[in-house]
Amino acid sequence: MPADLRTRLAHVELPSPVLTAAGCAGAGRELAQFIDIARVGAVITKSVTLEPRAGNPVPRLAETPSGMLSAGGLQGPGIDAFLQRDLPWLLSRGARAVVSIAGHTAREYAELATRLSDAAGVTAIEVNLGCPDAEGGGRPGRLFAHDPASAGQVVAAVRGSGRWDIPVFAKLSPDVTDIVAVARACVTAGADGLSMINTLPGMAIDVATMRPTLAAVHGGLSGPAIRPVAVRCVWQVREALPDVPLIGAGGVRAGTDVLELMLAGASMVAVGTALFHDPSACARIQRELEEELLARGIDRVADIIGLAHQPAVFAADRHGRLS
Amino acid sequence: MAPVQVRGTVLTVRRVDAYIAMTVVAPAIATRFRPGQFIAIAVGGAQTSMLARRAFAVHDVRPDHGGTVEFVFAVTGPGTGWLAECRSRDVLDVVGPLGRPFPVPRDPASCLLVGVGAGSAPLFALAARLAERGCQADFLLGAPSADRVFGALTARRTGRSAVITTADGSLGARGSVTDMLATVVQQARTDVIYGCAPVSVLRAVSALAGRYAIPVQALVAEPMACGTGICMGCVLPVVGTDGITRMVRACVDGPVFRGDHVRWDDVGTIPFDALGAPGWKPRQPEAGHAG
Repeated sequence: MPADLRTRLAHVELPSPVLTAAGCAGAGRELAQFIDIARVGAVITKSVTLEPRAGNPVPRLAETPSGMLSAGGLQGPGIDAFLQRDLPWLLSRGARAVVSIAGHTAREYAELATRLSDAAGVTAIEVNLGCPDAEGGGRPGRLFAHDPASAGQVVAAVRGSGRWDIPVFAKLSPDVTDIVAVARACVTAGADGLSMINTLPGMAIDVATMRPTLAAVHGGLSGPAIRPVAVRCVWQVREALPDVPLIGAGGVRAGTDVLELMLAGASMVAVGTALFHDPSACARIQRELEEELLARGIDRVADIIGLAHQPAVFAADRHGRLS
Repeated sequence: MAPVQVRGTVLTVRRVDAYIAMTVVAPAIATRFRPGQFIAIAVGGAQTSMLARRAFAVHDVRPDHGGTVEFVFAVTGPGTGWLAECRSRDVLDVVGPLGRPFPVPRDPASCLLVGVGAGSAPLFALAARLAERGCQADFLLGAPSADRVFGALTARRTGRSAVITTADGSLGARGSVTDMLATVVQQARTDVIYGCAPVSVLRAVSALAGRYAIPVQALVAEPMACGTGICMGCVLPVVGTDGITRMVRACVDGPVFRGDHVRWDDVGTIPFDALGAPGWKPRQPEAGHAG
């Protein structure tokens, strides 16, 4: 019998813990050519902004060992076009939409949340805190996710404007000294759950041209190269806030990677950069996850969330590995 | 037709001058293919550290073995290096056919096909398609040296005329395709130009065609990471029919564009008047697009 893959996203039940990560699946349309997106747990959309954005100049992407540096600059059609075109399309395909939102001020985030509350069929909101804070002390390159207070402010603004029954997830950056402090601030401000990790800041230089590879100079590093960082962040936050549901993300490319992040404490796992490499990755990873669970005799995927935290002696007993 | 993802078996790997031509058995892609479309291949095997797919214009499809797809590439880095090491019966993860194909004239016309380096590869399937429509095909192929001109023989055999240029003069005329363009267009009484070349050449081709009021279909070979439209890494500024410039993806909105719609001088930048550019105001009426 196949394992029960149902998991809960706050109070919403999803058929599978495998999601698409924000910015790596557009609004689902491209991937739907290769997989049935209704069978993915949910599609976390590319971050939506209030106005259309043209993004950064090219080159926007650089391949690094087991990773990808990207600086797309949040190119997108803006919330109006998203609500008119992308969201209805996603829903018409039977997919669940977790809408990622991005802004430069807490007020922009609040307005986006209001607009999304008026639309039917939003499963959850993911607050992309990896954006420069336009009002935060004027230090360039400072993101909302860098500071517990500004992260909390944005989450509170979203929580205050959105519908109460749409769960709000805050997406955290690993580029902080104490991720638990930011996590705690977001939960205190009203986040129903947390999503981690966003990309790590990185840079590459083209030795042929002797110039930075990316037009934007810096970019966000993603891909399997950052998976250990994601596991560590999920582990730390789970330890500090065991009751808060977490979406794990960072370098997932196989069923065992989903297992690893769930054992660390994630209730759901988002697949990101792997989708560039394999557009049918979500379906494959879901299949692999089922096989891995079957091989371990686990009936319900929800049973393994945070399992790695239990003392070694219980874990060994459970699997009969202690002689 | 929608692209598919298949595991294709390598049939042949041939060295063609400075390039490698690889044939892969992929019936689902071969039957869907139309000239100008491309494929995106995963390189490095199952546990690869190279996450970006490599995109290649399809050179030709053949009906043997149920349907094969051939593409041409030069070794430029570790990804293409790995691909060059593949041998027949190896299995590749191939996505395709991707992108919008070359539109072809409804009525017989005199067509000029301009290609630089391996960019010539997609032009031969196009020439065959044009012949079906009763169109004449003239070739203008260029490269830095003789061994980098792809398909000179085929061009001479299948085209009404074929002009070759090399930068070092080792084959055909010394110079670049842009030097010969005006002469060829006049001699061949060209009605439409198809181009597949670096952006600088496509810009020159589009500018000249504009002077002669000839439509240009330009195939841009922007570097891509996914080929399917999700990574947003291959954008370029294109003017829409509504006069608004948008940053569009070469992989799904192209790779074939109308030459007069692409803002060639602004490729690699975000023009200030592009939709959503910094400082762009949504409610103001649009300014003119003289640039």
